[in-house]
Amino acid sequence: MIFKAFIITSFSLLLGQSNELTVQEIITAMDDNLNAKSRVMTSKMIVHGRRSSRTIESKNWVIGINQAFTEYLSPPREAGTKMLKLEDKLWTYSPQTDRVIQISGHMLRQSVMGSDMSYNDMMEDRPLLELYEAILEGSVIIDGRDHWIMLLKAKVKGLSYPQRRSWIDKEYFLPMKEELYAKSGKLLKTATMDGIKKIQGRWFPSRYLFKDELKRNSKGTEWHIDDIQFDVNIPDKRFSKSNLRK
Amino acid sequence: MIKFLTKGLLRDRTRSFFPVLVITISVAIVVFASGFMAGTMNSLLLDTAVILSGHEKIVTRAYHEESMLMPNDLALLDADKLIDKLEKEHPEFFWTPRITFAGLLDVPDEKGETKSQGPVIGMGIDFFSEGSRQVEIWELERNLVSGTLPVKKNDALISSKLADKLNILVGEKVTFVGSTMDNAFTTYNYNIVGTFNLRKGQTDRQMMLVDISGAREALDMDNAASAIFGFMHNLFYDDAAVVALRTNYNKIESDSLDIFSPFMLALRDGNQMGTMVDMSNAMLAIMGSVFLVIVMVVLWNMGLMNGLRRYGEVGLRLAIGEPKGHVYRSLITEALIIGLFGTIIGTGLGLSITYYVQENGIDYTKGMEALSNSSMVMPNIFYAQVTPDLLYIGFFPGVLATVFGTMLAGLAIYKREMSQLFKELET
Repeated sequence: MIFKAFIITSFSLLLGQSNELTVQEIITAMDDNLNAKSRVMTSKMIVHGRRSSRTIESKNWVIGINQAFTEYLSPPREAGTKMLKLEDKLWTYSPQTDRVIQISGHMLRQSVMGSDMSYNDMMEDRPLLELYEAILEGSVIIDGRDHWIMLLKAKVKGLSYPQRRSWIDKEYFLPMKEELYAKSGKLLKTATMDGIKKIQGRWFPSRYLFKDELKRNSKGTEWHIDDIQFDVNIPDKRFSKSNLRK
Repeated sequence: MIKFLTKGLLRDRTRSFFPVLVITISVAIVVFASGFMAGTMNSLLLDTAVILSGHEKIVTRAYHEESMLMPNDLALLDADKLIDKLEKEHPEFFWTPRITFAGLLDVPDEKGETKSQGPVIGMGIDFFSEGSRQVEIWELERNLVSGTLPVKKNDALISSKLADKLNILVGEKVTFVGSTMDNAFTTYNYNIVGTFNLRKGQTDRQMMLVDISGAREALDMDNAASAIFGFMHNLFYDDAAVVALRTNYNKIESDSLDIFSPFMLALRDGNQMGTMVDMSNAMLAIMGSVFLVIVMVVLWNMGLMNGLRRYGEVGLRLAIGEPKGHVYRSLITEALIIGLFGTIIGTGLGLSITYYVQENGIDYTKGMEALSNSSMVMPNIFYAQVTPDLLYIGFFPGVLATVFGTMLAGLAIYKREMSQLFKELET
């Protein structure tokens, strides 16, 4: 009872600080920033290995949450490799073997191009509000900017990260730092973002840093977004399997 | 004297044939049992060595720390140079590179799209080098279920369990999907040229064997290896020698501050293998000793009975004036001749049987299938092992026990009184 009263009081105080925004509204605003009807993006992924680092350049076409097409542009080892996501299915095409291979099951948990991101990380872009129950834990100032600390607990089964804790910038409505946990509470990954820019009326990061906390001595993977356009028209044929071999 | 006694033994078959027969059988049993126990223990260790650890294994220090994850980004570089050096400095072992990798095996349909797929654990082993013993130590000619051994770098053998699960036929092309040494995405086509069954339970259920050149090409591991395995030439694990080399090598070659410096591991350094090696050595010693003592008691007793059985003869010989010492010495010499003769035949017989079982083994496949869930790889065919100690182990029961038994029985000679001898002879 006392605990409940404490939570309600804290919650009310926090709401007071956030101009009466509810937790749902914060998450919705964050989803609106990160997701769009469609987007076309060129990015570089810098994978820091233990012996060397590699930079992988790719172009990405996305419609909503169910259609995505990625073409790797460089280095030569990866150039020409393509990936297609339709609903919950993922296909990859490799010019070395001239094969279209469906990635499924446990393979979706494997690293993409040796990075700290898994195929599941790439595929899971449904709005957070659909997937998680959010609890506001408090506020904190980081680098002079005010953040909410939000604990998100899965409300649907089968998510890669049943729990996540986000530090959400109160101005940008972006999760500047996230800790992603297993069901057991074990920390699996951390993600941070910076280089926030206003693009087509929304705040969006130009750099992410993902770190697989299970990899010892991992230096993480940087993801630089060189160019991004939201709400562009992308023809449906972009997302056909036949496009993988072209 | 020896010639005279030997003639006597040959003419009186009750003094030679049966004692020699008993000693021969006993010694043959001791020799075979020792060889079989040693071979069985070695079979247990060899299977683990072939698949997982070698008698010695060299990896980088960093790879060792994360070996469960098969981190090929931490593999050994310049493997050929390292192997050349090892072969020069440690010729008592043969050294071979190994790449262990994991990923997905994708089987295409007629249109080239995924028909089936499943996880695979690949082993890149040295099939093609001149003098390579990989086919021999993996016993692939015997374990091949269908098809042939690889002849090209993109040829692959898969376990019959994996072939059944993914519905793969010999002659089909499959695609390996995984990560290169630089953690880049890779796909590589292999031709399935054969299937194998290691007959070690679930050990090979996801296994694919390819030549190391094919693994290197698929994983961009030019002249690199996950590990370099070392095996003793006779494939018999000598724990003391292996541990001594490992300790010495790490002292000289391994830099604890450099995570990529080579680091040698003995078979006993593997998960619980140290306990297994110690247990097998202790069991071998205990079982061997108990068995040896039992056989020695039997033969001692036989020597004792032989001495007592000739009570009358000894009395007569003393009565006609033969010195007690001479009688005693002649009995011991006879026991020595019989013991030596029986031991030599018994050792020969025991070694022959041991050698036969060493070459052909005793198949326990069905029993072992059910037991092979532990991390240790269980053999299903037990082989004996001819070891140098088998050449002399039979002499303990065969000669020493027989002679000691006779010596003990012969002590009675010195207790005989001349005055009593004729009385005894009358009765």
